[in-house]
Amino acid sequence: MEEKLTLFKNRKRFGIEKNIDLIFKNTTLALSSFVAIVLFGIILVVFFQSFESFSRYGLNFLVTSEWNPVKDEYGAFTAIYGTLVTSLLSLLITIPLGVGTAIFITEDFVPKFVREIVGSFVELLAAIPSVVLGLWAIFVMEPFFREFFVFLHKFFGWIPLFSSEPAGRNSLLAIIILVVMLLPIVTSIARDSLNQVPKKLRNASYGIGASRWKTIFSVILPAALSGIMAGVLLALGRAMGETMAVTMIIGNSNVFSWSLLSPGYTISSMLANQFGEADGSQVSSLFYAAFVLMILSLVVNIFAQWLVKKFSLKY
Amino acid sequence: MNSLYYQKKLSRNVGDKFFTSLSVFCALIAILPLIFVVTYILIKGGAQITPELFTLEPNPPGDDLDAGGINPALIGTLVITTIASIIAIPVGVGGGIYLAEYSNGGPFSKFIRFGVNVLAGVPSIIAGVFIYALIVSTKILFGSMYSGFAGGMALSILMLPTVIKTTDEGLKLVPNELRYASLGIGASMYTTILKITLPTAFRSIATGVVLGIARAAGETAPLIFTALFSYYYIVGFEDLFYEMGSLAVLIYNFALEPYDAQNKLAWAASFILVISILTVNIFSRIFAAFTEKTKRV
Repeated sequence: MEEKLTLFKNRKRFGIEKNIDLIFKNTTLALSSFVAIVLFGIILVVFFQSFESFSRYGLNFLVTSEWNPVKDEYGAFTAIYGTLVTSLLSLLITIPLGVGTAIFITEDFVPKFVREIVGSFVELLAAIPSVVLGLWAIFVMEPFFREFFVFLHKFFGWIPLFSSEPAGRNSLLAIIILVVMLLPIVTSIARDSLNQVPKKLRNASYGIGASRWKTIFSVILPAALSGIMAGVLLALGRAMGETMAVTMIIGNSNVFSWSLLSPGYTISSMLANQFGEADGSQVSSLFYAAFVLMILSLVVNIFAQWLVKKFSLKY
Repeated sequence: MNSLYYQKKLSRNVGDKFFTSLSVFCALIAILPLIFVVTYILIKGGAQITPELFTLEPNPPGDDLDAGGINPALIGTLVITTIASIIAIPVGVGGGIYLAEYSNGGPFSKFIRFGVNVLAGVPSIIAGVFIYALIVSTKILFGSMYSGFAGGMALSILMLPTVIKTTDEGLKLVPNELRYASLGIGASMYTTILKITLPTAFRSIATGVVLGIARAAGETAPLIFTALFSYYYIVGFEDLFYEMGSLAVLIYNFALEPYDAQNKLAWAASFILVISILTVNIFSRIFAAFTEKTKRV
């Protein structure tokens, strides 16, 4: 009996092991804080680098469209307008397409394995690098749509959006390639939120005699709406920050035009084009533009997260 | 009596048919781009694949009919992605361990999880801008400006949120009984994590990390003004601190060249990039599905 008691008494953890434990915990704590440091670092660095341009132009930077390194005059209106127009219009096309595809995947029109194949095809589309999509857009998509744009201008030229003669790369092509890139995001998030709608809601709706699509429109979609909205906002953030494919196909022109058939600019394509060769106050102005882009995408992202948190506990 | 049978012309049935075909149509449009892109890359890029492609340097654009190979870009992509992984995986896995194992859902962990989501939404070009301001323009790395190392750091910022998220979620799936058992027989917290929970969650974490690496390998925007581009072979360690080419930047630069030879090289590089990324994606999907099946048994 005595022996056993001493055995237990001696079984203490060594001090060194306790220290290792503590060190391990604090290391992981430091590593997780690294995320916050990087995030604040990005915001602070971009803000301070843009300070020179910010103090010179103030908010006028956002509404003037003169971008002239020779005269040292900078205004980013063309790029900001391009960013907003391309991302919003592409989203407008993507939402019905993506939600329609998500409904196709979650309903049982066709056997399960066909739906799974469609689902994984759409997800694989997200894995294709945007620079490759840009290459494809330049050499395959642009020639393919050329005739169509001429037709569009001929018959709808009276609408300001199609008022210019189509010539090569333009904003509309950027919108089309953005649709290709946003489709996987909207589809996969919409599919997840449709899958999360409880089955008994559907059964109840069928039980009182609603048809399949009456059920989808009046019961399933409203129940999944918050998730779909969050996905749409995430896609909007992606669209505003998307760089490569857009830069390669939008034509990169700082001349402001309402028409989608003329070359345009987005903030990210402006950064991609000019950052490597800029000097002097142009660098600061580019940082200012980058800051605007970052604030735009931060606002959209934070709003999306708030939406998810606010409405995700409904069911 | 008639109302017991399916009536084709009833407005609800017509409407249902219409919307069903609309949804099928949406799905068809959604898978068309993947089929078109992959087919074109297989045909146009596959035709350019020769043994010399993997061994030669690219020739500078010009009227030269022979464009050379993509060896420096291929090696550059491997090097830059490796640097990014070396930075992002330890930081991400460590941070994920803290979130899943130590924090009890307090305000700090909530804030970090929020930060991870926000960082995941930061446009990739902003990561490049940040590294440009921090490293390239300050010449902080042994006086070198554009370097493969800077490119790797920019990519690591993009990988970090993915790695943390997959680690966090993978560890959360480990049943608590395993932790109780390990702690109950007297193991310390770090032994439990390193010997019990991490190995249990290894498969799901590895899948997520590999997908993150594949995604980073195709990123271009953070590299165009951090790693820039180079036409020359990577021969030694010190090349890390000079301009470095990568497949993604090669595609971007050569797609915009007016010469046919360079464009063909861009297609060839796309072929290699897309085939490797799709292979990694498909395999990790099969792997993940397989893991799920064995878990259920």
